[in-house]
Amino acid sequence: MSDIILETRDLTKHYGGVHALEGANFQIHKGEHVAIMGDNGAGKSTFVRQITAVEQRTRGEVIFDGKPVHFAGPIEAREAGIETVFQNLALADDLDVPSNLFLGREKVKFNLGPFSILDRKAMREATMAGLVKTGVKIPNIMNPIRNMSGGQRQCVAIARTAAFHSKLTIMDEPTAALGVQETAQVENIIKTLKEQGESLILISHNMRQVFDLMDRIVVFRRGRICANLNVRDTDPQDVVAYITGAKTGAEYADAV
Amino acid sequence: MSQNSHGIGGLTFDEKKKVRAPEWNVFFALILIVAIFEALGFMLQGQSFLFDSAGRFDSIFNEARLKIIILQVAIVGIIAIGSTQVIILGGIDLSPGSVVGLTAMVAMSFAQVAEVNGLANPKLMFDGIADLPVIAPLVVGILCGVLAGLVNGALIAYTKIPPFIATLGMMVTARGAAKWWSKGQPISFPTESYAAIGEGMNPVFIFIALAILFHLILTYTVYGKHTYAIGSNEQASRMSGINVERHKVLVYTIAATLAALAAVVLSSKNLTAQAGMGVMYELDAIAMTVIGGVSLSGGRGSIIGTVIGSLIFGVIISGFTFLKLDAYYQEMVKGAIIVGAVVLDQWRQTRASARL
Repeated sequence: MSDIILETRDLTKHYGGVHALEGANFQIHKGEHVAIMGDNGAGKSTFVRQITAVEQRTRGEVIFDGKPVHFAGPIEAREAGIETVFQNLALADDLDVPSNLFLGREKVKFNLGPFSILDRKAMREATMAGLVKTGVKIPNIMNPIRNMSGGQRQCVAIARTAAFHSKLTIMDEPTAALGVQETAQVENIIKTLKEQGESLILISHNMRQVFDLMDRIVVFRRGRICANLNVRDTDPQDVVAYITGAKTGAEYADAV
Repeated sequence: MSQNSHGIGGLTFDEKKKVRAPEWNVFFALILIVAIFEALGFMLQGQSFLFDSAGRFDSIFNEARLKIIILQVAIVGIIAIGSTQVIILGGIDLSPGSVVGLTAMVAMSFAQVAEVNGLANPKLMFDGIADLPVIAPLVVGILCGVLAGLVNGALIAYTKIPPFIATLGMMVTARGAAKWWSKGQPISFPTESYAAIGEGMNPVFIFIALAILFHLILTYTVYGKHTYAIGSNEQASRMSGINVERHKVLVYTIAATLAALAAVVLSSKNLTAQAGMGVMYELDAIAMTVIGGVSLSGGRGSIIGTVIGSLIFGVIISGFTFLKLDAYYQEMVKGAIIVGAVVLDQWRQTRASARL
């Protein structure tokens, strides 16, 4: 029981009359890597946005680390230990790597409200430690990330997680815009996180990636969860059947 | 492997691999422009531009001209410190010139003396309000700036109208308010302590002090980091939990407050305030900022760049006068320089992204 890091009960989000997410019951255990799959508009990103409090849910419960939570915004969710790597790289191109890693939660020496003095050395060192942990190679972390490759930038985004000892990492299509080598680089980091026992939710369309890296697949269809599959007991054709609606998991019969 | 390279897993912050700070390019441009004027000076005037070729001064420099150049840019330079922050934030502020006009009028009306040459001050704005300590006009003036900035910032942050429109509105409104304040009459006869603020080279010292202060703030504080972050990627900043709206209000307020300070210095230096003060200052300030390498698309630039940019600006204006170029041509060339600086910035950006 206590090793469930995140659980949602009846999580629901309506945008006016649009039922983007309807009664999602979801669980992820500590150290588990779960993939969320589904067609565009199936509710995957909406689901994540409710957990990370980018949007406020219409109804339902989120239980994180054993306690029901109601985050006011993404920063609160992050402080609680949910780290998100967004689809559209949430990075500031003109800032260097440490500034990006600590964006919105800078380490300070003296607290003077908005004019607090930055602790640049501490941030630089934590950045190095975080990057070493993920094995990312970056020529010079003090250069603006504008000049880095897409893979390196994605790695910087992911390295945030490692730098902050988060309890749960959520990645929303981290390799969607990357080339073959860069994808491999990101997948390596995901493997490293697995070895280190970090919990991860991965949204992906990439069947091979999901079967290579994940433990479990949760399929969303038209705003509802329609399957919860163990990677070892299923195959890609099966998953496609769930995604397209040819099949529905026995316990989700009402999701049709 | 060099000394300061940390060779863990290919992670380094090797100084040699650091890209050259763009401020150097601006500095080289300043040197180049001075050199051009020196050459033209010898060819056309037969004398040096910045150096003392006639033996009139103790040092090797033409001190008089150097002083004029710095003094000329100091007041607009104070405004440019604010414009720099607004432009790094990804915005634009067209109102500082008018804020200068309004603040000068309001501050001066609280800085007047009771008696001029033994007679009651004929220009006294408010009966009974005279001979106040210098703190009074200073506080009132700063409040003017804070108010204008809060309105600018709140409009931009919460109604989401483009900064161009919001500050254009403030530009017209503040100018109108400046004229309404004294029904168009100039306000004069400040107290000695008020007049002391902008005396002699004081505007230059105030400019330098503010430049250093805001350079430190932009480089070493959370405020600075968030200003660059929002200008670089507003969406990412919001997702990272930065209170973007509140920060925008803060930056525009600081910019307008700097314009108010410039107004106090200017009216004190001129010993009078007129509603028409500061016309086009915002454009000069933006020009200094852009010449100084601050990117109009936000996220890039520095106070150091702007200070060098303001010197380039001053050198060019002074250089034209030195070459006895007609004032009409000066304005036309000024326009060309601003456009040139933006073209250069665009070109730099495309080149930077082509290197990927």
